[in-house]
Amino acid sequence: MKDLLIADSVSKKFGNFTALNNVSIAVPEGSIFGLLGPNGAGKTTLIRIINQITMPDTGTVTLDGELLKPHHIKDIGYLPEERGLYKSMKVGEQAVYLAQLKGLSHTEAKKRLKYWFDRLEIGDWWNKKIQELSKGMAQKIQFIVTVLHEPKLLIFDEPFSGFDPINANLIKDEILRLREEGATVIFSTHRMESVEELCDNIALLNLANKILDGKLMDIKREYKSNTYEVGLNTGNKEELKKQLEQKFEISKANFRTVGDELKLNIKLNGSDSPNQLLSYLTNKAEVSHFVELIPSANDIFIQAVKKN
Amino acid sequence: MNHLGLIIKREYLTKVKNKSFLIMTILSPLIMIALIAVVAYLSQLNNNKQRTINILDESGLVQDIFKSTENTTYNMLTNISLDEAINDVQENDEYGLLHISKGDGPITDYDLKTKFYSEDSPSLSIISSLENRLERRIEDLKLQSVGVDLEKIKASQTDVNIAQESFSGETSSKIGNVMKLAFGGIAGYLLFMFIIIYGNMIMRSVIEEKTSRIIEIIISSVKPVQLMLGKIIGTSLAGITQFVIWVILGGLAFSLVSSIFGIDMSQMQTPQQEMVEQAMSDPDANVKVQMLFNELTSLPIANLLIMFVLFFIGGYLLYSSLYAAIGAAVDNETDTQQFMLPILMPLILAVYVGVFTVIEDPHGTVSTVFSFIPFTSPVVMLMRIPFGVPIWQQLVSLGLLIGTFTFTVWFAAKIYRVGILMYGKKPTYKELFKWLKY
Repeated sequence: MKDLLIADSVSKKFGNFTALNNVSIAVPEGSIFGLLGPNGAGKTTLIRIINQITMPDTGTVTLDGELLKPHHIKDIGYLPEERGLYKSMKVGEQAVYLAQLKGLSHTEAKKRLKYWFDRLEIGDWWNKKIQELSKGMAQKIQFIVTVLHEPKLLIFDEPFSGFDPINANLIKDEILRLREEGATVIFSTHRMESVEELCDNIALLNLANKILDGKLMDIKREYKSNTYEVGLNTGNKEELKKQLEQKFEISKANFRTVGDELKLNIKLNGSDSPNQLLSYLTNKAEVSHFVELIPSANDIFIQAVKKN
Repeated sequence: MNHLGLIIKREYLTKVKNKSFLIMTILSPLIMIALIAVVAYLSQLNNNKQRTINILDESGLVQDIFKSTENTTYNMLTNISLDEAINDVQENDEYGLLHISKGDGPITDYDLKTKFYSEDSPSLSIISSLENRLERRIEDLKLQSVGVDLEKIKASQTDVNIAQESFSGETSSKIGNVMKLAFGGIAGYLLFMFIIIYGNMIMRSVIEEKTSRIIEIIISSVKPVQLMLGKIIGTSLAGITQFVIWVILGGLAFSLVSSIFGIDMSQMQTPQQEMVEQAMSDPDANVKVQMLFNELTSLPIANLLIMFVLFFIGGYLLYSSLYAAIGAAVDNETDTQQFMLPILMPLILAVYVGVFTVIEDPHGTVSTVFSFIPFTSPVVMLMRIPFGVPIWQQLVSLGLLIGTFTFTVWFAAKIYRVGILMYGKKPTYKELFKWLKY
């Protein structure tokens, strides 16, 4: 798959503060790309560089094989983390204005807005002022304005903050649908559960440096430690635990069951296979629970940041 | 993509459609006119009051100089004592009593003792009008007593009006100078007011974009410089609209009010005006009016208008870009104070220099220097131009102004670009300086 957006060794300093240090990312076309990192890692700076709001000190950004130029503005839709709308302007007028700034004609903007307003069932908001709407309602408008000009690249910075679960789901479904239709999405967030659900690829930034990137599944594979979560029904828990301790690396496990099993995390050494572990265990006790521990995005995030 | 046009249109429409803007535009000239009408009406009421002033002249020297006018009746008393006269005034509720008696010396000294008796302290204008008449009368008497023919004196009175001409052949006169001052003053003051009112409006609209957090959405589509220029131009167009409406409404309302209430400023009868009228009945008056028109037509009108437009635009851009930068640097209006002072200082200085030194000496060192410094030149130069400033000076000053506003627009754009994305603490001057390098 071809990369739609490539940032190559991008660096940016603000005075003595380094916001980005030699960061490179490649966003494959038609994928959802998670740009992750703790607060102050440089995510927003990178996004602003992609939007040509700030210029990088060194490094280049190419979109569709072409260096970023002002005309690329219409190819990008950006929903910033700090977002709002003109308070005293009417919803419709405002949306048309913002769409015109993205290069749509007045009539085209109006037509598409009508479609989206009906789709999200907010048609009767057209003549309301933003100050009459709730925060979540305003966010819907912002979402529409971001995607209205059908850009190739969509950038969402913390898109779900401020949405209730129902609307968050609605927006999530819309994002997935947009990808189906061929859009490429960059998605920046702290909320790891939405990363699991949505992202195909991720890059993790910390303190201005990229510390990890790749396909989410590859990274998970890399980060898994051959650890299995097991539940064992046995008469003598202490005895079994001691036996296992001699053979494997074990630790306490936290999962819920209805019975009163011995719950353990068992880490395999390089040569052992899960089947061998399983057959060993079935000889000792009744196995009620056997799951490979795959690290969640959250675990990877914390682990990578700590290691760094 | 014509973004600048879109931004200007939006800025203009939101300003013009704003309720408080509408109210300000329509109400303020009406309020002004109403105020003027009330003041005029009240003072007319006051001046139209019939006054009777009794005069008890014991010296017998000033009989025929007090001629009654429309509002003031002079009543000469005879064969009555001072006490009786005072009683009389009190009982009849008249304005006052002027008592004139002979001084201690012989009558030929024309040394008079005068005193005015009244219920309340009399108005200053009435007293000075009385004093004037007495002074003139006694001067005449004294001149007569030493054998001077008053007719000859009258005949010898002359009015000298020094015509002025510069080496390059431009003529002018005192009246002309007053008119030039008025022209320059109005132009300079207009610019000053315009900058303050609409500069603030720009600043507030920048802050509004920051606090409503829409700014990042906007500047992902347009360049910050475009947004800033769009704001400045849109707001000034709204300002010009407002000014034009003010002038039209003001003119309409004024003529309406004056025709309804019959208030005609020139017809107001005050004691001072009576004197002015006397002077105006002079045969010279027509000549003077004629001269006034000559002066008006001899003003460098074309030069004045062109330079007015250029300096107005230049000065306005210079200051409004700074206002925009301030708006971008802070989060709320209360934080702007610290940065406003350095902007207001040169502006106020310009008005003071204009008012005090240009009147005194339009081409003196101080006026000339300040008409070149870009931060004061729009106001000071506009005040100087009616007095005839060499074209090279105007062009150099304009060049400096253009250079400076190009710089301030660039400077403001830098601050703006960084500032609009900064939230939280109020920046210091040092930080603002650092932003220039981002």
